[in-house]
Amino acid sequence: MSLRVNTKQQRWLLGIVSLAAAAIIWQAVADLVVANPFILPSFTDVVSAFISLLESGRLLADLMVSLKHFAIGIGTALLLGVPIGIIMGWFRLADAIIDPIIEILRPIPPLAWIPFAIIWFGLTAQAAGFVIFVGAFFPILIGTYTGFRSVPKIFVEAGKVLGCNTPLKLIRYIALPSAIPSIASGIRISMGVGWMCLVAAEMFGVSDIGLGYALWQNYYHYAMANVLVYMLILGSLGLIIDRIFRNYVDQRLLRWYAGEVA
Amino acid sequence: MSGVTIQNLSKIFPKEDGTVTQALESVDLEIQDKEFVCLVGPSGCGKTTLLRIIAGLETATTGSVTVDGDAVTGPDPKRGMVFQEYSLFPWRRVIDNVSFGLEMKGVGKEERRQTADRYIEMVGLSQFRDAYPYELSGGMRQRVAIARALANDPDVLLMDEPFGALDAQTRNRMQKELLCLWKKTEKTIIFVTHSVDEAVYLSDRIVVLSPRPGTVREIIEIPWPRPRDRTSAGFAEVRRRVLRMIAENEDAG
Repeated sequence: MSLRVNTKQQRWLLGIVSLAAAAIIWQAVADLVVANPFILPSFTDVVSAFISLLESGRLLADLMVSLKHFAIGIGTALLLGVPIGIIMGWFRLADAIIDPIIEILRPIPPLAWIPFAIIWFGLTAQAAGFVIFVGAFFPILIGTYTGFRSVPKIFVEAGKVLGCNTPLKLIRYIALPSAIPSIASGIRISMGVGWMCLVAAEMFGVSDIGLGYALWQNYYHYAMANVLVYMLILGSLGLIIDRIFRNYVDQRLLRWYAGEVA
Repeated sequence: MSGVTIQNLSKIFPKEDGTVTQALESVDLEIQDKEFVCLVGPSGCGKTTLLRIIAGLETATTGSVTVDGDAVTGPDPKRGMVFQEYSLFPWRRVIDNVSFGLEMKGVGKEERRQTADRYIEMVGLSQFRDAYPYELSGGMRQRVAIARALANDPDVLLMDEPFGALDAQTRNRMQKELLCLWKKTEKTIIFVTHSVDEAVYLSDRIVVLSPRPGTVREIIEIPWPRPRDRTSAGFAEVRRRVLRMIAENEDAG
């Protein structure tokens, strides 16, 4: 018998077996050891809660709203974080002017902005989006800034002697492509942070619908199976978003990068 | 006509502690159109700095560089450069690296493709036109870098130890190929090298610089036809002369 995992199918199979085993152990512990669905809902409890939430349409509505919040937050963070990162990374003067402000704002935890999010935007999608924005903005900014700061000098000089002479052209044709790996990793971090902020913002009542809000409401109603459903949905959605982004970046933007690094 | 005239050129670098380093001192040099000139000298003599000033990547402290009567004020596609380090853009395929300069000039896609293809063929890499730089060996990368510089049709081609990182065999082959390209394209080439052997093999004239602050110590004409025989007595004699000059310089410095 061989213990090596050779093919992709074998890996998949092993993964499924492992998950199934976890579900069986979970079920057994919940039914036979804990025997209290309030403390630990069983696997089947959660599956049936999932089905009824799905049938009622509630789950889908929460999901769509949360994705909307997420899109608003990440979208704004990208729209502001990338250009500001470019300006700070490329122009020393801009860096000297903007950096102190950034350094004071950055350590404020995103959730501390919730009161002002509500005051400024009310209980709207924009308010939730704002909290996510605060969480997602800095990783994107720093990823972009770092990428632009570490553009190898040789590429800039090679560009210049080939006629790429204006700051705008240098940014567009040399610095930006060279910084893409760093920007992409900033975006990836920001999506993780943004996802956490999303749940927290919705829980704190910045919105009255959404996955985080629903999770908290179900806790108030002691519907712990539903809470677990929302937890698992949040986890898998976070995973899916990260995977989609990673695949896109690796295949479309960074085919060259894989060959450059060990 | 693409002669390069260097007049009374000096370069002083300020250092962090407030003192200065004088890299070049009153360099005078006249390079003819279509000439192949090598700059050699002890390490740290400022030959790379001189080349970078001609390229417009550094500015001279005093003096001037003119190409065809036009003063050099900054980098310009009229003066192509091949660097010692690998300078290909890793995010662009070979074809897109070679057509970069044309893209900057605003040449249309179809035309720059054709031009780039022609130069890629000239350096013998047609098979690799769609490869990324990481897929190429060191010698291939420098060939692409030469094609990229030539595709811009510069008046002068500046080369900063372009074969310095290559193994001896590849290096000899690249020298031979470069001479072919030079004949075909009729460019003025200014070539910086550490290798006296390389300089004797390639150049019409060897410019020997003195140690820092660098200045022109001697210019040696090599009137022989090409390809040259590295093992001939004349070759060895010139090589010995240049080496002695550099060594004397180093002892003195």
